[in-house]
Amino acid sequence: MSDSHSSKSKATDTIKTRWMILQIALAERLAYRGDFVLGTLVRFLPIITQIFLWWAIFQSINPNDPNVGRLSGFSFQDMVAYYLLTMVGRAFSSMPGLSSSIGVKIRDGEIKKFLVQPVDLLTFLFWSRVAHKIAYFSISTLPFAIVFYLCRSYFTLGWPDPWTLAAFVASLFLSFALGFYLEACIGLIGFWMLEVSSLLFVYMLFQFFLSGHMFPLDILPEPFLSIVSFLPIKYLAYFPAAVFLGKVQGTKLVIDMGLLVAWTVFFLALSQIIYRRGLKRYSGYGG
Amino acid sequence: MSIIEIEQLAKSYRVYQKKEGLREALRGLWHREYKDVNAVKNISLRVEPGEFVAFLGPNGAGKTTTLKLLSGVIHPTNGSATVMGFVPWERSLEYRRRFALVMGQKNQLWWDLPAQESFRLHQQIYQIGSSDFKKTMDELTSLLTVQDLLGRPIRELSLGERMKMELIAALLHRPEVLFLDEPTIGLDVIAQHNIQQFLKFYQAERGITILLTSHYMKDIAALCKRVVVIAQGQIQYDGSLSGIVDSFSGDKIITLQLAVGQSDTGLERYGKLEKIAMPRVSFRCPRSEVSKSLGEILNNYQIDDIAVEDPPLEETIGKLFTHVSKEDSSALTESSDVRPNGMAANKP
Repeated sequence: MSDSHSSKSKATDTIKTRWMILQIALAERLAYRGDFVLGTLVRFLPIITQIFLWWAIFQSINPNDPNVGRLSGFSFQDMVAYYLLTMVGRAFSSMPGLSSSIGVKIRDGEIKKFLVQPVDLLTFLFWSRVAHKIAYFSISTLPFAIVFYLCRSYFTLGWPDPWTLAAFVASLFLSFALGFYLEACIGLIGFWMLEVSSLLFVYMLFQFFLSGHMFPLDILPEPFLSIVSFLPIKYLAYFPAAVFLGKVQGTKLVIDMGLLVAWTVFFLALSQIIYRRGLKRYSGYGG
Repeated sequence: MSIIEIEQLAKSYRVYQKKEGLREALRGLWHREYKDVNAVKNISLRVEPGEFVAFLGPNGAGKTTTLKLLSGVIHPTNGSATVMGFVPWERSLEYRRRFALVMGQKNQLWWDLPAQESFRLHQQIYQIGSSDFKKTMDELTSLLTVQDLLGRPIRELSLGERMKMELIAALLHRPEVLFLDEPTIGLDVIAQHNIQQFLKFYQAERGITILLTSHYMKDIAALCKRVVVIAQGQIQYDGSLSGIVDSFSGDKIITLQLAVGQSDTGLERYGKLEKIAMPRVSFRCPRSEVSKSLGEILNNYQIDDIAVEDPPLEETIGKLFTHVSKEDSSALTESSDVRPNGMAANKP
């Protein structure tokens, strides 16, 4: 509070504030335990349909033995392993309700709170989202472990080497940050549009197909494959899974990790810019 | 130096002129017509430290816009303002730590969590030391008698209890200036009274400066010595509450209790009859003629009791509002010249 605050204690205050936001958001999340547990568990159901779907596809490729055929370098086992890994990726990168809640905050004027109180909206949302993820993993880690254990036979190559594993883990955390800032940008467009849900719908549609959530991007024909590999959304699902399966290695891995960091920083900066501009518009600056 | 200084403050919004019908809606996709709405027109005002000032006015008069300008939520189109020396819309963190805004219609606390949790977050974001925090919180919760409710989720509290929690959250960091936008809206009479009592006590004790908007005349009568009437985005009156009646109501209400057997015939000569419930008769009489009329009445009728009163405040203020909205802005400037003393007296 006083002017004589040293930069060190300011930094501690910043960390403490984030820690407090995280704690409170976590407490809030846990207020709806039942609904939350059910919602988390229901997400595991599509695994079964996906396994059957890919089985049917591979059967059509090689009716005698579906286990033999390959699709853009993916065997049936690889496909299932890939799908399971994208689920992990999406557990980090998906941001349910983020954009729409920002839109609602702007429309209903709840955003005023962040103009009047000494707390930044994006910092607040980021740490609340970290809390959401912690709450989510506290419930879903066990089912994830069970599913991976049951499906261990699909991982024909076994565990990747420690470096690949480290790159995989890093890509998961970065995909969280990328997913957050990307969707924050969409939500902040609410400063200009009354309703962001249709915009969000279009984005979700693209994300569904082009993030690699439905199928490995490798099966896309050119020029789509080249285009998609330049887009940031492949990092939300495809990239971590591909890293784990050893599909991205060596220099390519380094470059792609660099691009992931670059995209994350880009959307972080963009969200800040849109927020500042949006606030100017909201408050009628110069208008 | 005044704690709040407002100089020629103006705010206009550009709004899209929506026209009726599908054809016009389609046209609107390409060609839009905008109209400037002047929410606040050149307001000048000074508030001294420790004042409790009420903004009074009809819906859409510009009261909330003024509070939003002063709390830095919006930028003005023109003019300047400082609060404690800060320009509000620069939104410096230092300024944010020294004032608070409470909106009766907006919930700032975490809906699903007990108030306690929200308070802890406030302690952190406002960087309140733990001993100060405990002291202030104990004091506020006991004044508002909500100690037992701290552990209950906000969504389970009544509107009045929630409002008390909102006030505590806003006062934890001991703001020097407090903006209250309709703090008692929707509350029952008892809850309203509690909030009023608290604000009155707290303001007197702490000497903080409060600006309040409200539709409830009772709030204002109970709390504020100074009333600023805003209508059509301009200040129409600035002075004491009772002064409004003196300035804007030329009438008195005379109530007579007639002696048994007396008839009320002929009383309409002295003014417009308001209410007849024999043996009581009320009528409205121009202020200047009160003594003359009373003299004649006492000569001609047998009277048991007489009361001479001001018309109800709500009525006078309602008249003031409608009077203002009927005239255009040029007429307003003219009428401002003939305002009695105490009005437009806010210039340095």
